[in-house]
Amino acid sequence: MGAVNHSLASLLSEIDSEKYSKKRQEIRDSIVSSIYSCAETIAGKVVHHQYERRTELDQKIDNVLTSRMLGIPIMLILLGAVLWLTVTGANYPSQMLAVGLFWFEEQLTKFFLLVGAPDWLHGVLVLGMYRSLAWVVSVMLPPMAIFFPLFTLLEDLGYLPRVAFNLDRYFKKACTHGKQALTMCMGFGCNAAGVISCRIIESPRERLIAILTNNFVPCNGRFPTLITLSMVFMGGAVAAAYSTAAATVMVVALVLVGIAITLLMSWLLSKTVLKGIPSFFTLELPPYRKPQVGRILVRSLLDRTIFVLTRAVVVAAPAGAITWILANIYIGDLSIIGHLAGWLDPFAHLLGLDGIILMAFILGLPANEIVLPIMIMSYVSAGAMLELDSLNALRMLLVDNGWTWLTALSMMLFSLLHYPCGTTLLTIYKETKSIKWTIFSALMPLGVAIIVTLVVAQLAFLLGLV
Amino acid sequence: MELIDQSCGINAFYEAFGLKTQPDQLVVALAGNPNTGKSTVFNALTGLKQHTGNWPGKTVLRAEGTFCHRNKKILLVDLPGTYSLLATSADEQVARDFICLGRPDAIVVVTDATCLERNLNLVLQVMEISPRVVVCINLMDEARRRKIKVDAAALSRELGVPCIPTTARDGIGLKDLKDAILDLAAGAVKTSPRLVTYEPDVEHAAAELATKIQAFLPQWVNHRWVALRLLEGDTSIIETLCDPLEEELKGVVLKKEAAAWER
Repeated sequence: MGAVNHSLASLLSEIDSEKYSKKRQEIRDSIVSSIYSCAETIAGKVVHHQYERRTELDQKIDNVLTSRMLGIPIMLILLGAVLWLTVTGANYPSQMLAVGLFWFEEQLTKFFLLVGAPDWLHGVLVLGMYRSLAWVVSVMLPPMAIFFPLFTLLEDLGYLPRVAFNLDRYFKKACTHGKQALTMCMGFGCNAAGVISCRIIESPRERLIAILTNNFVPCNGRFPTLITLSMVFMGGAVAAAYSTAAATVMVVALVLVGIAITLLMSWLLSKTVLKGIPSFFTLELPPYRKPQVGRILVRSLLDRTIFVLTRAVVVAAPAGAITWILANIYIGDLSIIGHLAGWLDPFAHLLGLDGIILMAFILGLPANEIVLPIMIMSYVSAGAMLELDSLNALRMLLVDNGWTWLTALSMMLFSLLHYPCGTTLLTIYKETKSIKWTIFSALMPLGVAIIVTLVVAQLAFLLGLV
Repeated sequence: MELIDQSCGINAFYEAFGLKTQPDQLVVALAGNPNTGKSTVFNALTGLKQHTGNWPGKTVLRAEGTFCHRNKKILLVDLPGTYSLLATSADEQVARDFICLGRPDAIVVVTDATCLERNLNLVLQVMEISPRVVVCINLMDEARRRKIKVDAAALSRELGVPCIPTTARDGIGLKDLKDAILDLAAGAVKTSPRLVTYEPDVEHAAAELATKIQAFLPQWVNHRWVALRLLEGDTSIIETLCDPLEEELKGVVLKKEAAAWER
């Protein structure tokens, strides 16, 4: 065997060095052009066009959707419309779900009292597990059930390649691959899915950049947090009639911040650790297709909504129990959460946050969905019992705990920019097969989140805005 | 002996791809340009419900599914959508390696009836590797809507392989496609694929090189095709092919993927 391999190796090096090497590119071009002309000949015999290939209507739509003037504004309007529908549509069912689920909590409590269950059991199971489940479901389900089908609709129509087309020159300026716009869009659904979709990028350098920065667009685990806080603080700041509009503007602004940071960090990475030039590619604008509405509804509901929700619920239940335990075991005159929060407090205040929020982000590493529930539970268990069945009650609770608009803004920015969830990190490891890059993919966004919130909060303090 | 060795090698290869094959199962690969409705065809054939989307590159994960037709079990492997098999990117290499090394019983190349010419480039490249090709001319409804006529019978004659018109999302033409796949995979139909004729000096150099490397290559691989790849300066395929041990074969495939990540 060795001998065979040896002679093969010498043959290969002969091929490598010999006359062939000079003509290699020439041969390659000749091969490709032979294939193309063969395809052309065959197609000429079997295909008969009555009109030109792309219909005129498609062409006209594309001229508008991808024009220099209108392309980006239309994109923003579509993004705004999708988010507005999500915010408005989610509000009412969210409240209904909350009322229903908290009504059931009362029944559970009555049942526990009836059978004389010990307090701690009631605490762990009902106040811990059930309550965080109820929160996750009522906060997450409605926005997801609206956002996912709308997003899938745009995807099926064929709009995403147009987005990539519009954003191409920005990504090129950031020295990265234009297809990163597509992978970024997939991140809106779920960052883990976004990271996997980076496989469409051929060059390893650009693919790595796309993977590392995918986290800067909010996934569906974080959208509800952003929407809820926008509704509570930004929506509450203006007249009721405009509150959803204000909240939508806020969320759109945050998404734009995320995209800006994506471009900025991509540029920084390609100027420092991942140096290189953007590679050339051709992006095909596929024809618009009539979406299959029924199938979209079913698939996006079953495949995505239920999938993401199940994952959130699986993580939320134990996290809720652990949070309750931490909040109710006292060391000295403070609960464990109190100690942890107190310890994190000084640093958190620098960022415009507080210790509990920071702790919720740390405990929320497995899934971003549970950050808000953990935070609320920590507040609730430390103070008086509250029924959080409306946004107003939530606002009261937060204000009672010293929240200002700056706290809300800082938390939203931190949520937008901080490290990806556990699932995404695992996916990044699987895709890069590198512990180094996986750790980097957690620390780099964390650094960005800290710097951005620090600057925003310190500016606000300095200017006396708070 | 030779036969046993070969089948062991191929099973190791399938394992490296994460595929479990059963002895009486036919393996069929699904290739095609991005955004030709390949995933829709895959779902329609297997009854699976992978999400399909209207953007190139949706199928980045290799998917697999099984279906039965005329009492034969068929394992269908959905390869990443590619424009060519010249292996310039990771997904092109995956598709090429599977078609070449995986030696599927049949390869379905899904094409878009509305832009057949571009799609034929891939068909021609696949046919250079294996004669067991069925062309699925998908999106016939869209072609009709845009007043484009595709003559499937003429295409079959030109290419020398069965060409089946379909509208996969409405389930039209799938039975014919299944019949064609099975006839080919079971060996009931023989094809005579049309090969691309290259410029005389390329053909000459390829023929010369093919005789030189012949001794190192397994019987089943198309020597002319390997020679052409070598002429282009692509040695990855011959290195994989000549690895004598199946364990190493597996290793090479995995190592290559890992190597793509080394900066």
